[in-house]
Amino acid sequence: MQLYLPIADLPVNVFLILAMGAAVGFVSGMFGIGGGFLMTPLLIFVGIAPAVAVASVASHIAASSFSGAISYWRRRAIDPALAAVLLSGGIVGTALGVWTFTLLRSLGQLDLMIALSYVVLLTAVGALMFWEGVRAILRARRGKTAPLRRSGSHGWIHGLPLKMRFKRSKIYLSVIPIVVVGVVIGFIGAVMGIGGGFILIPIMIYLLRVPTSTVIGTSMVLTLVTMVFATVMHAVTNHLVDAVLALILMIGGVTGAQFGARAGQKIRGEHLRLLLGLLILAVGIRFAIELVIRPDDLFTIRETGGAA
Amino acid sequence: MTARTSLTTVGVALLLGTAFTAPSAHAERLIVSVSNHRVTVTPNYSGEELVLFGSVERDASTSATRGNYDLVVTVAGPRADMVTRRKERKFGIWVNTDYRQFLQVPTYLALFANRPFDAIASPEVQRRQQLGLNNVLLTQRVGPDYADVVPNDAFRSAFVRLRSEHGLYREATSAVTFLTPTLFRTGIPLPAEVPIGTYDVEIKLFSDGALVTRTETAFEIVKVGFEQFVATTARQNGLAYGMVTAFMALMTGWMASIVFRKD
Repeated sequence: MQLYLPIADLPVNVFLILAMGAAVGFVSGMFGIGGGFLMTPLLIFVGIAPAVAVASVASHIAASSFSGAISYWRRRAIDPALAAVLLSGGIVGTALGVWTFTLLRSLGQLDLMIALSYVVLLTAVGALMFWEGVRAILRARRGKTAPLRRSGSHGWIHGLPLKMRFKRSKIYLSVIPIVVVGVVIGFIGAVMGIGGGFILIPIMIYLLRVPTSTVIGTSMVLTLVTMVFATVMHAVTNHLVDAVLALILMIGGVTGAQFGARAGQKIRGEHLRLLLGLLILAVGIRFAIELVIRPDDLFTIRETGGAA
Repeated sequence: MTARTSLTTVGVALLLGTAFTAPSAHAERLIVSVSNHRVTVTPNYSGEELVLFGSVERDASTSATRGNYDLVVTVAGPRADMVTRRKERKFGIWVNTDYRQFLQVPTYLALFANRPFDAIASPEVQRRQQLGLNNVLLTQRVGPDYADVVPNDAFRSAFVRLRSEHGLYREATSAVTFLTPTLFRTGIPLPAEVPIGTYDVEIKLFSDGALVTRTETAFEIVKVGFEQFVATTARQNGLAYGMVTAFMALMTGWMASIVFRKD
């Protein structure tokens, strides 16, 4: 069934978009990530203009992270205090990111910068997660229990001042690294057009030592707020949010996310991290290949509108 | 005055008989019409094909020996600035290095004729009358200058090729059919991704390699109903539109968590 998208100015197959939304939603529900880094390239592949894709995906991520956040809230898997501190940094980071985005665009080569940061970020995070997952599985094979490094090893992060007690997560931590993480995630999200969940979760687990039980729910709250903010920002500045496209993606996305979340609970934690690591690594390598091999067509056209 | 001039022309034509083939510019008239002057984009719009038909009206002054007519139809969509970039390998990766700006070029361009342009007119006339994609003026900004370049310029040919791949630029030298020696028709295929706006149609009549007369018509592609409402709201009330979309996202997420609740 074909449907004409009013902002993207293009007819699309509704079932194809629904299926894409559901597939990405499944992945995002399973791993607790927004899935923007998968959805945006898929939409561009279907023929939707990159700017419209980035803007519309923001609202799609908002929908799936809200439905996720509600179910995590019911299971008391969200730490409100931790989420609030992260958000305070996240908003500052988003504002900085939007400013940098505008600056990069005026200098040209924004596409290259985005592609390069995708490659660096995705391959690095993916490889680290993959490696960690493999090690955890090997440890489990050898019959040893995975060492819970939380209790003993207090790194330099735990020596910082302005400590605060996060009851739900049962951690006692300085707010400084949390705010910094929020700023970084907000910044990356605004520049690259992604929610940043796939970076935030490993940072929270390995750097901040937040227990796994509250990590995903709390990161979803951050994703939710930044993506709602991003939707409104994109609508105000670029007028490129396609509400019809967003609605189809959302319906597919939230449905897929529910099944993904259930599937995720059946898989063991280290296997889940290994799979997510592989997925992120694969997307990163795909971007790298695109940069390295000779493209099919050396030429590209872009409409620059009335004002060049 | 005009009446007397044409009378004189008729007189001269009569006087000199059939051997005289003066290029009397207004001996023929073109009457054309497009099957639909207002293409509306609805939710199930997926491209359309318009039909242009018309006839060549001859008047008393038309020389009887006038050979076969040739017809060239040019359809040009709304104009926009575009950039063509070329990738080059630098430090092992492919990056955009060089680019050309195309200024106010048609977003949709179609040229239809009843036979190859080379058979219709000489290369000189083809160039002057912009017959064929190779001869259409596509203004580029080259440094401080504004000019078109030779047809085989790398950027220009890449531009035309990429637009053609999307069906947005097309050239068909057998698309115009003469139903009778003076009655003609041609189809104007509009692919799904045609831009919204006004389309100018120019019809040129040739005979013996020279332009006889020309006429123009137009049609528009517009969004109506829901599509138009969404598009104008997004442009004029960005904040409200964004808030509604964000609210819609939250509602969808909330609904999903209710529907799939496992109690």
